[in-house]
Amino acid sequence: MSAVVTEHDDHHDHGPEKGILRWLFTTNHKDIGTLYLVFALAMFFVGGTMAMIIRAELFQPGMQLVEPQFFNSMTTMHALVMVFGAVMPAFVGFANWMIPMMIGAPDMALPRMNNMSFWLLVAGVLILASTLFMEGGAPASGWTLYPPLVLQTGNALPFAVFSVHLLGISSIMGAINIIATIFNMRAPGMTLMKMPLFVWTWLITAFLLIAVMPVFAGAVTMLLTDGFFDTSFFDAAGGGDPVLYQHIFWFFGHPEVYIMILPTFGVASTIIPVFARKPLFGYSAMVVATVAIAFLSFIVWSHHMFTVGMPKAGELYFMYATMLIAIPTGVKIFNWTATMWKGAMTFETPMLFSIAFVVLFTLGGFTGLMMALSPLDYQYHDTYFIVAHFHYTLVPASIFMIQAGAYYWLPKWTGHMYDERLGRLHFWLSAISVNILFFPQHFLGLAGMPRRIPDYAVQFADWNMISSIGAFIYGGSQLLFLYIVIKTIKQGTGEKVSDEVWEDAKKHGLEWTLPSPVPYHTFTTPPKIIPTEHI
Amino acid sequence: MIKARQVLTSIALMAFGLRSAYADYTLNLGKGVTQQSGEIYDLHMWVLWVCVFIGIAVFGAMFYSIYHHRKSKGHEAAQFHGSTKVEIIWSIIPFVILVVMAVPATKLVLELDDVQDSEMTIKVTGWQWKWQYEYIDEEPSFFSNLDAASNEARQVGSGIDPRTIPNYLLEVDKPLVVPIDTKIRFLFTAGDVIHSWWVPDLGWKKDAIPGFINEAWTIIDKPGVYRGQCTELCGQDHAFMPVVLVALEKDEYDDWLDNYPENGAASYPEGTWESKAVCAGSECTKDELMTIGETVYSNNCASCHMPGGEGLEGTFPAMTVSPIVTGEIEKQIDLMLKGKEMMPAFNQSITDVEFAAVVTYTRNALGNSVGDMVQPSEIVALKSK
Ligand code: HEC
Ligand code: HEM
Ligand SMILES: [Cu+2]
Ligand SMILES: [Cu+2]
Repeated sequence: MSAVVTEHDDHHDHGPEKGILRWLFTTNHKDIGTLYLVFALAMFFVGGTMAMIIRAELFQPGMQLVEPQFFNSMTTMHALVMVFGAVMPAFVGFANWMIPMMIGAPDMALPRMNNMSFWLLVAGVLILASTLFMEGGAPASGWTLYPPLVLQTGNALPFAVFSVHLLGISSIMGAINIIATIFNMRAPGMTLMKMPLFVWTWLITAFLLIAVMPVFAGAVTMLLTDGFFDTSFFDAAGGGDPVLYQHIFWFFGHPEVYIMILPTFGVASTIIPVFARKPLFGYSAMVVATVAIAFLSFIVWSHHMFTVGMPKAGELYFMYATMLIAIPTGVKIFNWTATMWKGAMTFETPMLFSIAFVVLFTLGGFTGLMMALSPLDYQYHDTYFIVAHFHYTLVPASIFMIQAGAYYWLPKWTGHMYDERLGRLHFWLSAISVNILFFPQHFLGLAGMPRRIPDYAVQFADWNMISSIGAFIYGGSQLLFLYIVIKTIKQGTGEKVSDEVWEDAKKHGLEWTLPSPVPYHTFTTPPKIIPTEHI
Repeated sequence: MIKARQVLTSIALMAFGLRSAYADYTLNLGKGVTQQSGEIYDLHMWVLWVCVFIGIAVFGAMFYSIYHHRKSKGHEAAQFHGSTKVEIIWSIIPFVILVVMAVPATKLVLELDDVQDSEMTIKVTGWQWKWQYEYIDEEPSFFSNLDAASNEARQVGSGIDPRTIPNYLLEVDKPLVVPIDTKIRFLFTAGDVIHSWWVPDLGWKKDAIPGFINEAWTIIDKPGVYRGQCTELCGQDHAFMPVVLVALEKDEYDDWLDNYPENGAASYPEGTWESKAVCAGSECTKDELMTIGETVYSNNCASCHMPGGEGLEGTFPAMTVSPIVTGEIEKQIDLMLKGKEMMPAFNQSITDVEFAAVVTYTRNALGNSVGDMVQPSEIVALKSK
């Protein structure tokens, strides 16, 4: 035993352990970041496969492939897997990799907890996935899990609830870790207002997570007791209120959508200046806008519930408050545009994805503004118009920026350059097909097609077919992404990448002052010079 | 081959943004048939154009920049990085635009909320998976199910082409009949889970929530048949509970009302079985119960227990040789009145005649031949116990 201990005294030089144990027990922020990213990518394909099943059933009117109940399980699981298995973990992966490197810290503040939060995530998602094989099937009440419908779930209900608890604990631990790291581990000179925006957006996201995950856990716990212990929180017959659940859910749910979008903003604000060769326009306005959006996200939840029947005053309040979000969001979009303005732009894959993000996210923002007007939402609500809206804010926004981030940082992580030609091909395939996939859904919704239906009236047939074709192309293109990532990790183009990777990137962030590939341990002594180009 | 051609035409259509020969295509919200739906449409169009205009401005600037300010054209990067004045300007301009949008929206909210002075009231109850319509202070009260033709075609692997079914999934056995030019108040509630009642031509949807009553109103301007669907996920057959609203001239509506229930389905001459007319108030014969029971079963039970009664392994028990269906009749009635786990309680959602009929039917069809039967009056007696 003592021999082992002495070996470990020599702390600074040891590399990763060998074999599987390295990944099981690792406390290294880079390893954990990798775990998160690999897991997220796998779940992206699982959730994506479910989306393909949905789109295949919707390819034509009539029921061809699956039973309606299974279809509902697919929409529910697709959403839960994408939200909790793909998008959120991917951003936590970026946070793990990049936050210490961006603020000049040697690691995350709480490395053991870091390991634990990853494995709890895996456990949570596996439990959720196991419900697919249970009697009565996986939850089929939509990702919103509204009672009383959700209480008709078969054996899966308690497992789904427990899975939400685990995911919540995992997210909260991750968030605590990020906050502790940012507040305590910044290199000397790295003041808050010098931090890259990616760090800022994650700091705020982490607070959102801590605030709302317990709310969601509470809501599903009440579902559990209503289902199994004879309480009536949400049962009118026992003096409860089914609408109460919706209020609690959306008090979590609205900030949750910002949990997915704020880090997206952060990655965009990191990438655009580098390829425009210009400092980010309006750094402090960006920080203020992020804080404003986060604050507003707590006071607008009932815009998801305009049709449940609210008093006039409540309805007007939620309408006005929601409309206000357009202002800080607009500020962000204007600032990104101004950053590009009079720059010296080049269009490598990360920049292409970022530009597409700004444009397509803005489209999602426009439909969001339209839905904020409650009389209009009486028509749009629960139709395909909504499905189009939120997918524009999730796929060409969150997913695009996750992939942009991967292209942007992979050369730094691996020391290998990705294949730029394939990267651009992946971009164009994705950007075109995502619009074939989601744009027609606006028409479908306006023409009257409800969401969450496995079959539809024949006048919706043509746009559904087009949308499904777009889905298959989009889905297929992601296999190309997988190929590019694997190839880059293995040997890339073979070209030796410099420490900076991207021209003058050193001026924009500390991570580019490190060697490529980054060593296992970085910034064991804090850096002396803080880049400030991004301010 | 035909499919391939459809796909190609669809893509071509999209590429050119044409509407062409497919008369059914709709790309936009309809104007609807009430004053409010018209106002909603106008506001929708107005906001849409504002967004298009802002979009052109922002994307225009961005694409100008992408084209001119590129390194490959030798453009040198300027190094400005912020201006408080600019930030304030582009916060205030959107704010003003938002205020201008909020004014008509507020007006509409207040208008839509005002159910006063309504001339008639209809209570709408959502059930898994049908609508119940009760005309308050009038006689009509009935359930509205997906029509039989759509129902047959929508089964997985039915082999029936939905295009051959008129109004596929947007047709019911008994539509809601209302007069035009009359302020109608709707009351919404639900018997099991949350549903949502939507007819796009009226301009709104409203949730039907168990234990709660929601209100909404409308005045329809034009006679016609208006179709919609349930828009709140309510279980497996959520896609299969359409809303059909028949708006009649006032005098035609009065005729319909006077003759109810004999021609309960006035606007659908072929109609369907109407339980009240058959053996209400008297003893039913077994044959009557069996005929009624067959319809009740296919409307209410077949979605879970399957049309042939074979059930679904592990989820929905079979009716065929089920110990309960072939056992004591009181046990079966009791289970159906109270419900159990996923099996809904049928004490309210079907009439006593329908209840007696479906019990009799399950025991003497679907591969069973117990031989007994039950009268509606006995159901009434058992319910009150
Ligand atoms: C939502 C799906 C659903 C519908 C609709 C439904 N049932 Fe059921 N039914 C069930 C389930 C699930 C059970 C099993 C309940 C249990 O034992 O936990 C069941 C059990 C039964 C049983 C007992 C069978 C046995 O062997 O245990 C009978 C009888 C029955 N249903 C009759 C009917 C009739 C008649 C109708 C229509 C009026 C109907 N059900 C509609 C889901 C449904
Ligand atoms: C890969 C491309 C994707 C495709 C083709 C796709 C497709 C779909 C489809 C067809 C539905 C069902 C709509 C309905 O029936 O109402 C759906 C629902 C949904 N999707 Fe996606 N999706 C994709 C990516 C994503 C991503 C990345 C996310 C989230 C991060 C996401 C989140 C959701 C949510 C929240 C729902 C709503 C589920 C519900 O109604 O409860 N999707 N998606
Ligand atoms: Cu929201
Ligand atoms: Cu429904």
